[in-house]
Amino acid sequence: MKKWYNTIKEIAGPLVVVEKVPQVAFEEIVEIRDSKGNIRKGRVLEAGKDTAVVQLFTSTDGLDVESAEIAFLGETLKFGVSDSMLGRVFTGAGKVKDGGPEIIAEKYLDINGSPINPGMRQFPSEFIQTGISTIDGLNALVRGQKLPIFSGSGLPHSEIATQIAEQAQVVALQNGTDLVQAEEPFVVIFAAMGVTFEEAQFFIDSFEKTGAMERAALFINTASDPIVERITLPRLALTLGEYLAFEKNMHVLVILTDMTNYADALREVSASRKEIPGRRGYPGYLYTDLATLYERAGIVKGSTGSLTQIPILTMPDDDKQHPIPDLTGYITEGQIMVNRELHNQGIYPPIQPIGSLSRIGVNKKYSREDLSAVKEQMASSYAKGIEIKELALILGESALSETDKAYIKFAEAFENRYIRQGRRENRTILDTLDLSWDLLSILPKKELKKIKPEFIDKYSK
Amino acid sequence: MNTGNIIKISGPLVIADSMTGAKMYDLVKVGNLELMGEIIELKGSTASIQVYEDTSGLVVGEPVVSTGEPLSIELGPGLLTAGLFDGILRPLNVIAEKAAAQGLNSEYITRGLTAPSLDRELKWEFKPVVQKGDTVQAGDILGTVQETELIVHKILVPFGVEGIITEIKSGAFTVTETVAKIADTEVQLMHKWPVRTPRPYKNKQIPTTPLITQQRIIDTFFPIPKGGAAAVPGPFGAGKTVIQHQLAKWSDADVVVYVGCGERGNEITDVLVEFPHLKDPSSGRPLMERTILVANTSNMPIAAREASVYTGITLAEYYRDMGYNVAMMADSTSRWAEAMREMSGRLEEMPGEEGYPAYLGSRISAFYERAGIVRTLGSEERVGSATIIAAVSPPGGDLSEPVSQATLKVTKAFWGLDASLAAKKHFPSIHWLNSYSLYKDNVEEYFINATDADWRDLRDLAMQILQKENELDDIIKLVGMDALSTSEKILLDTARGLREDYLQQNAFDDIDAFASTRKMYLMLKAMITFHTEATEFAKNNTQVEINDILELSIRDEIARLKNTPESEIENIVPLIEKISSTIHNLKDNDKTEDFGINKVISGI
Repeated sequence: MKKWYNTIKEIAGPLVVVEKVPQVAFEEIVEIRDSKGNIRKGRVLEAGKDTAVVQLFTSTDGLDVESAEIAFLGETLKFGVSDSMLGRVFTGAGKVKDGGPEIIAEKYLDINGSPINPGMRQFPSEFIQTGISTIDGLNALVRGQKLPIFSGSGLPHSEIATQIAEQAQVVALQNGTDLVQAEEPFVVIFAAMGVTFEEAQFFIDSFEKTGAMERAALFINTASDPIVERITLPRLALTLGEYLAFEKNMHVLVILTDMTNYADALREVSASRKEIPGRRGYPGYLYTDLATLYERAGIVKGSTGSLTQIPILTMPDDDKQHPIPDLTGYITEGQIMVNRELHNQGIYPPIQPIGSLSRIGVNKKYSREDLSAVKEQMASSYAKGIEIKELALILGESALSETDKAYIKFAEAFENRYIRQGRRENRTILDTLDLSWDLLSILPKKELKKIKPEFIDKYSK
Repeated sequence: MNTGNIIKISGPLVIADSMTGAKMYDLVKVGNLELMGEIIELKGSTASIQVYEDTSGLVVGEPVVSTGEPLSIELGPGLLTAGLFDGILRPLNVIAEKAAAQGLNSEYITRGLTAPSLDRELKWEFKPVVQKGDTVQAGDILGTVQETELIVHKILVPFGVEGIITEIKSGAFTVTETVAKIADTEVQLMHKWPVRTPRPYKNKQIPTTPLITQQRIIDTFFPIPKGGAAAVPGPFGAGKTVIQHQLAKWSDADVVVYVGCGERGNEITDVLVEFPHLKDPSSGRPLMERTILVANTSNMPIAAREASVYTGITLAEYYRDMGYNVAMMADSTSRWAEAMREMSGRLEEMPGEEGYPAYLGSRISAFYERAGIVRTLGSEERVGSATIIAAVSPPGGDLSEPVSQATLKVTKAFWGLDASLAAKKHFPSIHWLNSYSLYKDNVEEYFINATDADWRDLRDLAMQILQKENELDDIIKLVGMDALSTSEKILLDTARGLREDYLQQNAFDDIDAFASTRKMYLMLKAMITFHTEATEFAKNNTQVEINDILELSIRDEIARLKNTPESEIENIVPLIEKISSTIHNLKDNDKTEDFGINKVISGI
């Protein structure tokens, strides 16, 4: 029996303050019934002796203090998950959005999850081939990693994300030469927060076009949907992800876009709670809050599945020190930088290796012996080439030695042949390595200091 | 026991009333699930409690019981063998086993599950070193337990106890069984200690012995002594964690306490996977045998994160009291400060700078003061040390923020990590121009004894070269290379060599990852000798092309010295001896390649 209270005292933004309530549990789920009998759901943000602060999952439009009633359901938020959710589209509240049948849940799970016991984690090391040279060759993604894409407004991060989702494949190299593709396919969970209709449709279309849709679940909250749903949405997506990865032993790739919208929603709710703001108005707990999302990636003992995350965020004004990219960078295992300058030069994908980083190395058995040395050499030679180019602008061409000129040539070739690739061009890691050795041949051999001489003898062209 | 009731729940903060008689920092059990918490504010009989576990589902009105004791941890044999603890020293492996036994998902940390830190069943072989009738005082050794192959655990007379031994046992005991009686006090292998209270000692000493970290830039230019405190601030991606891991692996501490405070879960797993396979350089035993891991990752409850650094330093002090040199790594103290800020905000305290509580500075300095080299309690003369090496994660890499500033006030070694070095893959990305160590003079004598009389000169000259390079760099950018004299060009080349082949050290290379003091000395000597000889030669032989000097094959040999295995480092001595003659044998060769920009691209 639900007991309805009509003691709502205050409504502000997504928050409702209720008085004279029974013993309320923290994070308890509530229902609010307006004068027309419509029901909205929310949860308790603060439980007091006779007052409770409730945050609605939808908007508070049309609610009034006089006639709205509230009921406490005596349970915390659980989300019904099932592997039949693949191939479907949902809202930020977890409701079916594609007009298909309702989901019959196999299990109900707390959407906040529980922290993974660090002692039960397995260290990620299995190489995921994305087919993009700047990622595979320089900052490889591995299963169970959380590797965000730092982008800016107007940059093609969505294209990059879908290209990764379409091409991602676990491969291993046998004897260092034969490429073996793993059997298990990826499942993609796509969580879109506050994106425009066009962006949302772009993702749905590209998933359908490539046939990836049947192994994908999409959670979509568009820019006009309730803001509070942006806070629950990634948690729903990750709850499903954890279920599929750790209970159904699947390899799950969760793409979260756009984390900036998520953090802004969090700021909005925090402000309406009158919390003391931290940097740029974001709540002081933004780091912890983001961590409770990002840390849900991983591989655990006792399961053969994995949960890999690619959060996408648009850096306001391309500023890497803005709190959202800054705190994200402190939690995630590296970052892929999407660069406006490269984009303006017409280079796709405009991934800038300088500043990009993947903290987790690929296990030797999944890669070729020279991969790590080639990676270091390519990255540092490109950085050096760029620097010489800049200096040459000041000092003039005449100050350049032959070696300097080779570096400039290398940097240009690197941008045009290594970074640049087609929207559907799927390079294997061997292709990328081949290309790397091709480009390195531009430089004098004695400049290849980061590569052992025996590798130079064996692979150089 | 005081029992009250919950009147408010807001995230990790719970407020309970009717808590008459409860004391500040008492440990309490909150709600029907008996979640662990700690009283952080008292107003009349109303207590504010920070709860170490997720509070969702707690109901207003549920009971809150005070244990009457402050947050304490168990100290005794088994700390080094348990592998991994959380911020309040719950053994995470045991928690996982317990969860599995209850049919729960063992990969997650389930709320409300607790287990004692030390195994209650395991028996330890206790060997007494005192006899019945002996008079002992606090800090005296009663006996020993071989905790791991590397560490002999000394069972000390607890603080506040003294008198005549009325009973002393020998044999295998669990940690809770009595092994000795002093007057009427029974002593077990384990005891409890409140984490926020520093463990007592006789007196502190000025630290003079360096902690040999085997990292060239640290030991040579910015050393830290045993008992010192160092801060490693840097933006994300600058390699803070790698440096912490390197020190945990290669430093010559007896015991390492590694606290992962609000950081990545996978980094802890990395240590857990790697350390058992790494061998202690001196003993050949797995590094795990000297390492205690305290992990409170960023998604674990923040109140326990706040406690984790105190847990860590208490563990360090405990082994210090046995006479060991302990190194504690805290990664990262910014997360600890943020946990304080979050609790302070929820308590609606008046915020100081950037929302941090006004007591941030005093908490930080009190924590670092627990580092030190001390004469321990006890009648026997025993010296032990606790060294703190703490990572700081300033937002945006901006060191003017409160946590960095409060830290710099109390730590005397500062290893400033630089994002632009990291972007160039210059690791460790400690910047030589803005880092410092005020301990340099304290440990100088040690290094001179360990190497040779010219150690200081070599080091100082190397630093001068690096500083001069920075100045010349500005000139080159304005007027180009041609304006430089030959000796300046040689200096630039030496500086580049120092940066690339000395300061940089590859943590993932089997040989380069660590370097003995002797190897450092020889490498530095080779580089500086080449520099002085080349400068001198160029001065007297103006007709010689500078590239002929710089492209001598011996120059390459010097650059590759970092790859010399420790067993072969004495081969560097003859190399150094032939530097001078090699240069002087130079004949007037044909002109080779121009001296281009890439030769001098600086790392700055």
